[in-house]
Amino acid sequence: MRPEYLDLTAGQVAVAAALIAINAAISLALKLGMERRLLVASVRTVAQLSLIGLVLEWVFRVRSWPVVVALATVMAAVAGFAAVKRVSRRYPGIWLNSVVSIWASSWIVAGLAVGGVVRVDPWWEPQYAIPLLGMILGNTLNGISLGLDRLTEELVVRRDRVETLLALGATRWEAARDSVRAAVRTGMIPIVNSMMVVGIVSIPGMMTGQLLAGVDPRSAVEYQIVIMFLIASGTALGTVGVVLLGYRRLFNRRHQFLSHSIRSV
Amino acid sequence: MIAAPLLEARGVGRRAAGGTWLLCDVSLSLHPGERLAVLGPTGSGKTLLLRALALLDPVDEGEIRWRGAPVADDAVPAFRRGAVYLHQRPALFDGTVEENLRRPFALASADGVRWGRERAVELLEWLGRDESFLTRGAADLSGGEAQLTAFLRALQLDPQALLLDEPTSALDREAAAAFERLVEAWYGNRPGERALVWVSHDPRQAARMTGRAVELRDGRTV
Repeated sequence: MRPEYLDLTAGQVAVAAALIAINAAISLALKLGMERRLLVASVRTVAQLSLIGLVLEWVFRVRSWPVVVALATVMAAVAGFAAVKRVSRRYPGIWLNSVVSIWASSWIVAGLAVGGVVRVDPWWEPQYAIPLLGMILGNTLNGISLGLDRLTEELVVRRDRVETLLALGATRWEAARDSVRAAVRTGMIPIVNSMMVVGIVSIPGMMTGQLLAGVDPRSAVEYQIVIMFLIASGTALGTVGVVLLGYRRLFNRRHQFLSHSIRSV
Repeated sequence: MIAAPLLEARGVGRRAAGGTWLLCDVSLSLHPGERLAVLGPTGSGKTLLLRALALLDPVDEGEIRWRGAPVADDAVPAFRRGAVYLHQRPALFDGTVEENLRRPFALASADGVRWGRERAVELLEWLGRDESFLTRGAADLSGGEAQLTAFLRALQLDPQALLLDEPTSALDREAAAAFERLVEAWYGNRPGERALVWVSHDPRQAARMTGRAVELRDGRTV
């Protein structure tokens, strides 16, 4: 028998909030200085999730593809900017590179997911399209952030080697290859790690959600496997994309390394 | 008719991000057999000029010509093997001296030319080292040894021009003398064909190693 889905009341949410208050109290007692940040983070969590709740409610109700596409565009753009925010070095064009990579990779993968894997009809059905895209974006964003961070760091730290290779007749690709490879590998670490331990040390968020909603475990597992593959391919595509775009910005057609265009922030 | 210069800068200019000129309207030519010194105080643009000559940096004005013609994008790697730029403190790659010497031959621009141990040993002998030096780890070399190794790595490519950026400034007297001997040997091998540009802050070394000098001040030739 399918267990009943328990709706939460505001009072129940308040009980969970009280747990945060305990953390804040510990922080105050030990003078960790975390209570302010904890408070801000908690308020943001409530505000942002409430807002997206309202938006989703509306999107699910109107059920129109232009609305879904518009929301998906905004989500991708925000993710693209958020990815660069966490990178400690920048170069001209990094924002555009990030938005383009995350937008292209997440839309391609989410498109294949709703059209080819889950086979939703219509393909833009918000109940599927939006959460799938969100899962892919959240993880691709990490890959892009890590990849960009590592690429710029490698190129700055190994600048002498890159320049020496160029001076010895290396093409721009030969000079940058090691740094590009390191950046892509770094961007892929989190998703590969979580694929390694999924189900053993962690029950992923989506599967948890489905189990809580009363979906039978086998179906939840199937969805989770699909989601992991989608996330991994989105992350790979996004990371490779942004790293290659970055490489093309930092090495011009004359096989020159434009090292001065990388700036710390 | 006078033959075209081997390497030539025509009205080369380079601007900083703020718009000030780091190099301004610099022209010079290097003919086969010529040895040119570039002198000038720190910050006068000597390294920038040398890097521009090696096509390592973009220029905002003017052009660099090799054998009488500008270098096409695709030809830049091959050009850099013909006119090798040696950094003031060149980087060695991880591994042994031999692996460092082999590295340029693994690049596409080597165009099938294989690394020759005999040639490397011959070059080492000029420096008074034997074959065992090849097995030394690059990380264990002294500053002077590292610089000489980097120079050998460049010389193996048989360049027609060398672009040397204060190559002995970090070396002790003995290593600097060895470096100069190596340059003489390379040049003396084909005196009428090879040419070099030597950026230096030491006028005596410049007079000893080159036949002609240009001086830079605030990015302009004086």
